[in-house]
Amino acid sequence: MTPFALIGTAWSSIGGNRLRTGLTLLGIIIGVAAVIALMSIGRGAQEDITNRIESLGSNLLYVRPLDGDLTLDDALALVDPVFAPSIVSVAPEVSTGGSVTYRITDAFAQIAGVTPEFAEVRNFEVASGEFISPAHVQNRKNVAVLGSQTAEDLFGERDPVGVDIAISGLRFAVIGVLESKGATAFGNEDSRVLVPLTTAFYRLSGERTSEGDITVSLINVQADGERIDEAQQEAETVLRLRHEITDADDFTVDTQQSVIDALSEATGTLTVFLGAVAGISLVVGGIGIMNIMLVSVTERTREIGIRKALGAKRRDILAQFVTEAVLLSIGGGLLGVGVGVVASRVLDGFSLAGSQLITVFSGDIAALALVVSAAIGLFFGIYPAARAAQLHPIEALRHE
Amino acid sequence: MAGVIEVTDLRKTYRLGAIDVPVLNGVSLAVEHGEMVSIMGPSGSGKSTLMNIIGCLDAPTSGSYLLEGEEVSRWGDARLAATRNSKIGFVFQTYNLLPRLSALANVELALQYGDRRNARARSLQALESVGLGHRYKHRPLELSGGEQQRVAIARALVKGPAIMLADEPTGALDTRSSAEIMAILQRLNRDEGLTVALVTHEADVARHTRRIVSLRDGLVVGDEPVPEPLQAAGGVPV
Ligand SMILES: Nc1ncnc2c1ncn2[C@@H]1O[C@H](COP(=O)(O)OP(=O)(O)O)[C@@H](O)[C@H]1O
Ligand SMILES: [Mg+2]
Repeated sequence: MTPFALIGTAWSSIGGNRLRTGLTLLGIIIGVAAVIALMSIGRGAQEDITNRIESLGSNLLYVRPLDGDLTLDDALALVDPVFAPSIVSVAPEVSTGGSVTYRITDAFAQIAGVTPEFAEVRNFEVASGEFISPAHVQNRKNVAVLGSQTAEDLFGERDPVGVDIAISGLRFAVIGVLESKGATAFGNEDSRVLVPLTTAFYRLSGERTSEGDITVSLINVQADGERIDEAQQEAETVLRLRHEITDADDFTVDTQQSVIDALSEATGTLTVFLGAVAGISLVVGGIGIMNIMLVSVTERTREIGIRKALGAKRRDILAQFVTEAVLLSIGGGLLGVGVGVVASRVLDGFSLAGSQLITVFSGDIAALALVVSAAIGLFFGIYPAARAAQLHPIEALRHE
Repeated sequence: MAGVIEVTDLRKTYRLGAIDVPVLNGVSLAVEHGEMVSIMGPSGSGKSTLMNIIGCLDAPTSGSYLLEGEEVSRWGDARLAATRNSKIGFVFQTYNLLPRLSALANVELALQYGDRRNARARSLQALESVGLGHRYKHRPLELSGGEQQRVAIARALVKGPAIMLADEPTGALDTRSSAEIMAILQRLNRDEGLTVALVTHEADVARHTRRIVSLRDGLVVGDEPVPEPLQAAGGVPV
């Protein structure tokens, strides 16, 4: 039989029992739609995280201690036109624990001591007020810049600039509020309280190395334009010299990209996982196809006998039933793509447990879902089709 | 004249669990080109089994079957199917039409698995030759038994077969319809030289052919020419 005749025959027998065909299609439709919706959610999460990290500045490096200490002097040594020409500026951070209180309201926030460079290096702008100035650092001023979430937690709609708050029992004046950034690799950037580095060190934390140096928990490094790899190498060289390292580094230098890559990999795994979970329902749909094809083969045993008597070979019968199964699964797949696209549109921006769901649909997800559903039709169609093909013509004709 | 069908010592034994059921016990039979022969015998004597083997629908347990000089009994599925499609027109007692399809589509079905050229025109022509050209759109259930059997004959004819096999083609029909069917088969044999072999248990029907082979308990027990074959008067408009 020609492919055209095969599809025609399959089409007319599929159309012969609308209700049953519809129910069989439903299994595949739900499976494909679920794959598309869940994978769109996974993709959305992936894209969202990437965007947020990139909004921190694309030419960033992060230096963190591994099993040694990083000191303020380490940070300052990285700004060196001779040994580190690709590094533009550094912003060391000292993070400390502590409570943040306004009158009787507590806020959960990370407290970090930073320098004025922090705003530029980490790509932060103040939404109101001003940022920490060199004078604040020099004079160990008790001033604080609030993350947007912390400001909201403590003050609601009111502008906190100029108001005093308490950090670990000490009085601090709020001088600014940061613009909102959302959650990133380093936790929620909006739930932070920034104070001058010196204030954090001398008033709040006070951790020193055994040699008496000021320790920092993170050094943000801004590379010169695209020279990120060079900046990374230079930072490593400078720190290895300073730390007199002979074998393994006691610090790590990560690029923004490597952070994005690591997170993308994690969310990519999540996407695949979500797709696989939805894929299970697709397999269930495939079993539905197999079920219906087995019923159909039994019901049409006589037809198979007639076709064989007229000269249909085993492979003609095989092709006929496989075509039917694949047509069902591709039909269900196409409808499922439609439903899935609509579902991912509807879910986009839907708020779930306080955070917004972001979905990203793309053609490759649809293509994947279609190919998988066609493969499922083929896989689950072959067994019933083979049963049909193996029927003996006379026995098939005798079937009632 | 050359033998179209040459069956020698043909045996068929069905196996039901542990019991062997011998159905054909060494049938030998030769049918030549252009013959019109009927096979008679009591129910259960193995007539259908023999016809199915001759029609390449079933395989013998042992013995030889030469179709146009070629040994059939060792062929595989594809070759048997191709032979059913191109050389043999088989008509069943129960018509075996697909109820979903129109008369024309039922006839065309026979061409799906072989030479598809001009399928529609040839199918229409075959329907016309059995007097049903005007009913081509009708589905089997909208046709009488005789008409359905004529569609089945058209379906067997459309491939231009070498032999026409019919297993009790009039078994389910009234006298008038039977006469129409016999008239068509006689005309095909007389005018177009088609070899016809049919199974019947009605002596009346058998007397329309030119030779009667009698079967009993899976053996040929008689093989007689019909001195003066009857001419069926079923006036099918052609
Ligand atoms: N598939 C089968 N399995 C077992 N016995 C069968 C089978 N087909 C036919 N028979 C037996 O073979 C015998 C001959 O059958 P058949 O050729 O149909 O006879 P007829 O057509 O002469 O009435 C019957 O007794 C029937 O029960
Ligand atoms: Mg019989």
